[in-house]
Amino acid sequence: MGINVDLFLQTLPIMAKGLVGIFVVTGIIILSIYILNKATSRTKKDKNKDDAGK
Amino acid sequence: MEAITQFLEPLFGNVVNLDYKQVIMWVIGGILIYLAVKKDMEPTLLLPMGFGAILVNLPLSGVVDQIYDGEVEAGVIDLLFNSGISNELFPLLLFIGIGAMIDFGPLLTNPKLMLFGAAAQFGIFFTLSMAALFGFDLKDAASIAIIGAADGPTSIFVANYFQSNYLGAIIVAAYSYMALVPIVQPPVIKLLTTKKERLIRMPYEQKEVSKLTRILFPIIVTVITGIFAPRAVALIGFLMFGNLIRECGVLNSLSDTAQNVLANLITLLLGITIAARMRAEDFLNPETLLILGLGLFAFIFDTAGGVLFAKFLNLFLKKKINPMIGASGISAFPMSARVVHKMGLAEDKQNFLLMHSIGVNVSGQIASVIAGGLILNLIAR
Repeated sequence: MGINVDLFLQTLPIMAKGLVGIFVVTGIIILSIYILNKATSRTKKDKNKDDAGK
Repeated sequence: MEAITQFLEPLFGNVVNLDYKQVIMWVIGGILIYLAVKKDMEPTLLLPMGFGAILVNLPLSGVVDQIYDGEVEAGVIDLLFNSGISNELFPLLLFIGIGAMIDFGPLLTNPKLMLFGAAAQFGIFFTLSMAALFGFDLKDAASIAIIGAADGPTSIFVANYFQSNYLGAIIVAAYSYMALVPIVQPPVIKLLTTKKERLIRMPYEQKEVSKLTRILFPIIVTVITGIFAPRAVALIGFLMFGNLIRECGVLNSLSDTAQNVLANLITLLLGITIAARMRAEDFLNPETLLILGLGLFAFIFDTAGGVLFAKFLNLFLKKKINPMIGASGISAFPMSARVVHKMGLAEDKQNFLLMHSIGVNVSGQIASVIAGGLILNLIAR
């Protein structure tokens, strides 16, 4: 086992793809949480309005 | 005299099969048991692993497969390994328990925190390159890099998927560094932050998270991760299945079983089974030391990745973030969150960072699984 510069260079695109990939997937999850929070809080507000109207 | 020899030979004949390397492994096993009992370092895993290391390194040990009179006799630890780890069953079952233990509430109230979980996976990818530079092949380099996730089950899953020759060393490193979070992280955080930054207060706004959000969250995360990193579906799916059981509100008994009985049972078998890869001939080599070093490297750069990302965001934010919370983006839960919280209190007794650091810490749990899945996707088996 010794220093392997060729393999190191081969891993650089993998590192870049991995880091971009993780931020993309995380970004989509964050976006979906915002949408989910918005949607469920609206449902809750509508329900509260309905209850008040009764 | 001959009668005495005939009497003693069956009793002591095996002593000649003892190798000095096996004795070294007994000492390593003893050290793991000492760390578990005396230093309270991940005792649920280090103790069974330590004892297992002694068991498998007895000469002609009956707990591992042996050839007697030309026939293979199955050993129970190899049997457990083949039926529980080779097929990734144990780490996945453990993830159900872990999922049932995690409250994603702090993350759901402040989803932005997930970015730190992503940033803190930097060390994994950087270590992948470093391990390749040091001469490990791509599969072993990927398996070693995952140590930086500070996520035992994911480390086992990835190393086993790539059939790494260094599974034992990788698992020992992953769990040891998880236990060493309070020692490894503070100096790295201090080195990268100024006192002024460490004093930044982050008031916590309590927001209510609806039950529907809590139920839909594990399902949505599974679907999204499954689409982008299909090989991570098993890991994320079992983690989120455990969380769904917890949050659905109608399976409290199952949730309780997953958190306690299931997690304990699997942990009990996991540690001793991993010892199957701690045989002297597999474990005692210079690569093991290099793996321990690279694991530490991954861990340090994960911590640095989270902290530096927070500092980077602060360049654009009006309401500054305490960069220390970025360090909680590793998945060692909840140790990392507690470390950051304590460091905040040490600087300012009124600076309560716990809820933020917990949010980042649970993000790290998800992000490390995604990182593991991406590595499986990007590197061919």
